[in-house]
Amino acid sequence: MKQVSGINTPLKGGMAVLRPFDIKAHSPDGYIFTRWLAALPWWTPIIMLAIIGIYPTFASAQSGLPIFDAFDALWRWMPFLFFSGFLFNVLISFWSLLIGTLAGVALGLGQISPFGPLRAFSWFTTQLFRNSPWLVILFIVLLALPFEFTLFGQTIRVPDWMKGVFGLSLPIMANISEIVRGAVQSVPTAQWEAAESLAFTRRQILWQIILPQCFKRMLPPWMNWYAILTMATPLCSLLGIEEIITLSRQAMESEDNQPELLVPFYGFALLLFFVYCYPIARLTMRLERHYAVKL
Amino acid sequence: MTWTAEKPIVALENVRKSFGTLEVLKGISIDVMKGEVICIIGPSGSGKSTLIRCINGLNDIQGGSIFVQGQEVHGANLNKLELRKKVGMVFQQYNLFPHKTALQNVMMAPLKVLKENKADVESRARQLIKKVRLEGKEDSYPGELSGGQQQRVAIARSLAMKPEVMLFDEVTAALDPETVKEVLVTIRELAEDGMTCILVTHEMGFAREVADHIYFTDRGVIVEHGPPKTFFDDAQDPRTKEFLGQIL
Repeated sequence: MKQVSGINTPLKGGMAVLRPFDIKAHSPDGYIFTRWLAALPWWTPIIMLAIIGIYPTFASAQSGLPIFDAFDALWRWMPFLFFSGFLFNVLISFWSLLIGTLAGVALGLGQISPFGPLRAFSWFTTQLFRNSPWLVILFIVLLALPFEFTLFGQTIRVPDWMKGVFGLSLPIMANISEIVRGAVQSVPTAQWEAAESLAFTRRQILWQIILPQCFKRMLPPWMNWYAILTMATPLCSLLGIEEIITLSRQAMESEDNQPELLVPFYGFALLLFFVYCYPIARLTMRLERHYAVKL
Repeated sequence: MTWTAEKPIVALENVRKSFGTLEVLKGISIDVMKGEVICIIGPSGSGKSTLIRCINGLNDIQGGSIFVQGQEVHGANLNKLELRKKVGMVFQQYNLFPHKTALQNVMMAPLKVLKENKADVESRARQLIKKVRLEGKEDSYPGELSGGQQQRVAIARSLAMKPEVMLFDEVTAALDPETVKEVLVTIRELAEDGMTCILVTHEMGFAREVADHIYFTDRGVIVEHGPPKTFFDDAQDPRTKEFLGQIL
């Protein structure tokens, strides 16, 4: 079978048949990031470690400082960076996922509501947050949300990290909304009709028959967005939230900003993110393949 | 209008239905008495399935009226849920709920819609599964069953709601020839038990055997109707003759 260079789908049959252009088959699916991550070999962190290890040798050759200093500094900072930094990123990702998922499911169901104005509102909100740059959303949330608000006579300060959580949960919400809408619409209408004929109400059909069938379909894309979200949590460092990147920068400053620290410190953060997200990505792709065959 | 047993349980009068500018039903009138078995036959595209779907309100109509036990199907004060409790429907593509076992498929509607006691529903569901000869398949998922078995589960699922009327929409059309029979046997038993049945079918032999009355539709109108014997042996209309000539 002949291959056209640069085209990796095999030509089926020998005849050249011009099929209608299938835009879906040619547009990137939602899994670009996760597929790339899952395709990396398991020994990627070893290569990372090697680079982190070799780099200070070059840097110190230029600056003339002793080699072991960089690792010594990283070693001392490691527990702090992990427990106060990285775990905080994980916490931010959990909260953003939780809020984003709850709001996203509501918005997704709004997108398939029989009530027109709700459908329009949900569609618009989804498109708005799905297609805006995350950083822009984060800054708007940071600047637009009040520092504090008064509830029942009590003044409550909104911590910055909560604003970060809220900001990150908005694009997650929009993408979950699309996942829910797509999954519900992928269930054949015959299922609705069969359930209607059995005198189920619309609400019962949705919650007891359609959504349970969708659950498996929604799981891989949902996990995909969790990996993307986790990788995006360092954006919060731009808001001054004390997560791993902010703390790494502060740690390096307190070590006199020596240039050979850069790669070990940021490399350590990269390694943590990789070790955390890689298994999620692998599992996501496995489930995706599994369910794709089954349904 | 209160309904009594002497009146038709399903009464269609001059039903008109269009999809956009295409009129598929051009004034159809059918009366079905309680316990009767009606077969609607005709070439594909003659509006048979559309007609049957109008009876339980899955399709709306543009003219005429349909009454089921005195309740107007497309009337302004229709209680759709009440109507659908009375009218069961079985589809060509079975449409079982794929995430539920055979038993759960049968039990679901009586539990959630009729809010019946679980033990009662389960014993009734097991009886129905036995009735459609699927004992031992209670815990199988639809994906593990053959087309004929799925279709019989679908029939049991519909019967679990204790309907007054059953609608069968080309229920054997998607089946392998060898499994068609087992489904037809189930329907025949149902008919013998006195269930009111309205069938759209291509199985002429079956229609002749079980139907009390046959309606032949073509291009949205009823061309001819009558008891099976007169209909098959003594068709009057040339269109009916042509159709039967092609099929028999």
